[in-house]
Order: sequence, then structure tokens, then C-alpha cells
Amino acid sequence: MPARSADRNAVAAEVATPVVVVEGLAKHFGAVRAVDGVDFSVHAHEVVGLLGGNGAGKTTTIAMLLGLLIPTAGRITVLGHDMRGDRWPALARMNFSSPYVDLPQRLTVRENLRVYAGLYGVPDAARRIADLAAELQVAEFLDRRAGKLSAGQKTRVALAKALLNAPDVLFLDEPTASLDPDTADWVRSRLVDYQRRSGAAILLASHNMGEVERLCGRVLMMREGRIVDQGSPQALIEKYGRATLEQVFLDIARRGARAA
Amino acid sequence: MSARAASVPAFDWGRVDAMLRRHWYLVRGSWPRIVDLVYWPVVQMLVWGFLTQFMATNSSWIANAFGVLLAGMLLWDACMRSQLSLAICFLEEIWSRNLGHLFVSPLRPAEWIAALMIVSGLRAVVGAGSAMLLCIPLYAYSIFDMGLPFIAFFLALTMTGWAIGLAVSGFVMRQGMGAENVVWGATFLIAPVSCVYYPVETLPGWLQWVAWSIPSTPVFEGMRGVIVDGVFKPELLAAATALNAVYLALGAWYFLASCRKARERGQILQTGE
Repeated sequence: MPARSADRNAVAAEVATPVVVVEGLAKHFGAVRAVDGVDFSVHAHEVVGLLGGNGAGKTTTIAMLLGLLIPTAGRITVLGHDMRGDRWPALARMNFSSPYVDLPQRLTVRENLRVYAGLYGVPDAARRIADLAAELQVAEFLDRRAGKLSAGQKTRVALAKALLNAPDVLFLDEPTASLDPDTADWVRSRLVDYQRRSGAAILLASHNMGEVERLCGRVLMMREGRIVDQGSPQALIEKYGRATLEQVFLDIARRGARAA
Repeated sequence: MSARAASVPAFDWGRVDAMLRRHWYLVRGSWPRIVDLVYWPVVQMLVWGFLTQFMATNSSWIANAFGVLLAGMLLWDACMRSQLSLAICFLEEIWSRNLGHLFVSPLRPAEWIAALMIVSGLRAVVGAGSAMLLCIPLYAYSIFDMGLPFIAFFLALTMTGWAIGLAVSGFVMRQGMGAENVVWGATFLIAPVSCVYYPVETLPGWLQWVAWSIPSTPVFEGMRGVIVDGVFKPELLAAATALNAVYLALGAWYFLASCRKARERGQILQTGE
């Protein structure tokens, strides 16, 4: 079956080539080294977790990956494009969701999605919005203003916006923050579903260790702007001799506090 | 993973259209914003209209130049409306914490600026145009009687408003929302030297040099030429256009530089006070 073999080879080549490459990344705000020499890569079909306590540098790292923040030093390549001088082609193929950014509250959900479909050049936007609305269960409030939605509904709409352009790289900053366990679990299921169908790479920053264990094949542990350890959740649990990833997280965070 | 082409056009009218929709959706769904479009131009027109009407019956000079004050006010308002509208469209993104989404989208700065200018131009037409139309039944005065020069003056002052609007938006981007008040008063800074209601010769000699370096001044001189002397002076319009080109380029440069500075400082996600 040569066709299937060719497909497997194509997927293997995709997996072998990282879609996000970060080299020597640093961001200093005066004397504060928010991110201080970070190197990592993310491949297609991979979900990578970025973990660390408050102020560890996760959000700053993601902001630099998105082009929202210009690094002090280092290089970021997304989908083969240098984010310093050639970020536009990459931006069209990536997307993000963050609790720190809202959609215009006075526009309806449909209006917001239409605007962003236009910005991302989504073909047949009306159909894409209808499909996403059905998939993410936002159809019933498509014509409601974004500002009138509950936290769970807002998260689903943010996810719909993040998936509008069927991104090859998805950045998620605390995607289930402030959600009840049921809604959070539903969001995780949708993310897993999208990642399996599309083969997209996902970089996820979260404080929810259960979420990270469920979604991520690999975890980058950050402390004081540096990556201090990395591996699969299971490998890290075994390495630190702990029962859960949360205990590993506490180990690393407290080790840093003691060293300070 | 999809194998989509990596090429993204450097300027795409589809993305400009998306930003126009964003502001159209906002305005059509908010009656206070619709009222705000015409409120100040109409209020200004009423105040100045009645004042001018009163003076017209009490002063022979002003009686001969009834339209000068009213036309000055109406055209000045077009400039101010254009500046305010552009800056408010920008502020809407900050107020709604939407800047992060825009900066991460493929929207290019030139497309964003184009959308801001188109929206503010349309708002200036609706706002100032409403006041201009109301003048006809209220005072039997039509600014449109100026003919084609009126369109040229309106466009020139709209461009001046864009330049100032871009500069103040850039200023707010750098300084944060603590600088928001600058938006509301920026255009008034050039009002005294724009010579809206009096000839440039009224100013002291050294200040006349300043006045002639501002694009709005030749526009108002040209307007008085048309209304008082019935003469259209193309050299004044040419001067205004050339100055507008310089100021617009400076405004756009400052806005883009401020966007970059905000990305350096990490202000995109923290656009508050």
C-alpha cells in the first residue's frame, strides 16, 4: 500500500521538523530578567506544557512567541518564519487564547467571529462559523453580545476564535482558568479532539496539573525565567520520586525558593 | 497539519474590510455612539449659528461675511471629528482589551491605519455632514454653495485630523490610558494658529510662520477667499495637501514606532493606567 506508506512518511517528516524553535530567548525589563536564556522546540502533533509558579516567565515566553513582546535576545522561529522579521506568514497559521485578552464586549459572538474570520482570511466564513458554533456549542448564543456571556460561554467563544483559522500552532495561556470542573473537562476534550484531527502543535501554559497530565506529552518546568527541567509528566514524576505532577511542581518551586 | 501556502499579502483589503465591520457592528449596536456622532457638531453649529445670526444683525462687517464664521466652525468640526473618531476607534480596542488579539492576527499596521482612517472619515462625514445639512433649514445657509472647493477643504481637514489622531493614538499607546485625556483636547492645540475665524495677518509676525506650517491654516485662508472674495486659490490647497502629506507620514511613523515600543515594553497586554 504505497499511498499509506507515503502518508506515514509525510507525518513522520512533519513530526521530525519542529514547528516552534526557541533559541537563547531572553526578556529583561531593566534589572528584572523575566525570561533568561530559554531553549526549546515544539513539533507538530505535540502538546507541550509550560509550567511554573507566578512570575516564572510563562506568560512572557508565550507573549514573545506570539509576537506581542519583542525579546531582548534570542531567536524564535514559528513554522519556519523568524518572528522578529518575518512574522506575518506565521501569524496567519497560528492562533491563541488567553484570559488576559477579551473580544469586543459590545459585539455579538457572531460579529466577533466574522471580524476575526476576515482578519485571518478564512474562506466561506459563515459556514466555518456555523461549523465551529455547532462543534463548540456556541450556536445558541451566537447573536448575544460577548459581554453578556458567562465565564464558561466566554471560554468556548475564545476557543472558537482560536480555532477559526484551523491553526497549525495553537498557544493557550491558562485555557480553563476560572471554569468549573465540568466545563474545564469539556474544553480539554475539544482541544484533544482538535489536536488529533489537525495534527496541530499546542503550547499550553497552565497551573492545573491534572490538565497538564491529561493533555501534554511533554512538560517544560520554568523557574525564575529559565527552564529548569523537562520531560513527559510520567518521566518527571518518576525522576523526582513523587506520586503526582503537582508534587513535582511543588518540589521545583520550593527548591527555587530555598535557593533564593 | 495543513500544508497551507506561507505567502500572506502585504496589504489585504479583506483585512481592512474586517476592521471596518468591527466598527460598523459597534456603532450600529450602540445608540449612544450613534448620538455621539452628531451630538457635538450639532451643538456647536447651534451655538455658533445663533451667535453669528445675532452678530449679523448688529455688525455691518460680519453681516457681509455671515458665512465665514459658520463655515469656519463647520469645517473645523470636520477636522476635529476626524481626529477624535480615529483616536476613539483606537481606544475602543484598548477599552475592550482587544489589542492582543489584533496584534496576534495577520492584520498589518498599514491595514489597521487604513481601516482607522476610513472609519474616522465616514464618521466625520456623518457627524459634520449632519450639522452642515441642518444649517440649511435653520439659517438658510448652505456650506455646499462653496461647490467643489468645499469638498477639497473637507478632505484636507479630514487628513489633518487623521495625522493628529494617529499621533495621539501613538502617544496613548506609549503612555497608557493615563494619557487618554490628550485625545479629547489634542486638536484644540492647533486651533489658535489654524486661524479658523480670523485671517493669518491677525497673528503676530513670528506666529504667522508657525501658522503657515500647519495644514489647516491654508485651508481656512482658502475658505475665506472663496466666501469673502469669491476666489479659489489653488496654491493654498496645494500647500495644505503637501503639509498634510508630511504630517500624515509623521503621524503614521510615530504610531508605528509606538506600536513597536509597546511591544518592546510589554504594554500590549497591559494597556491600562
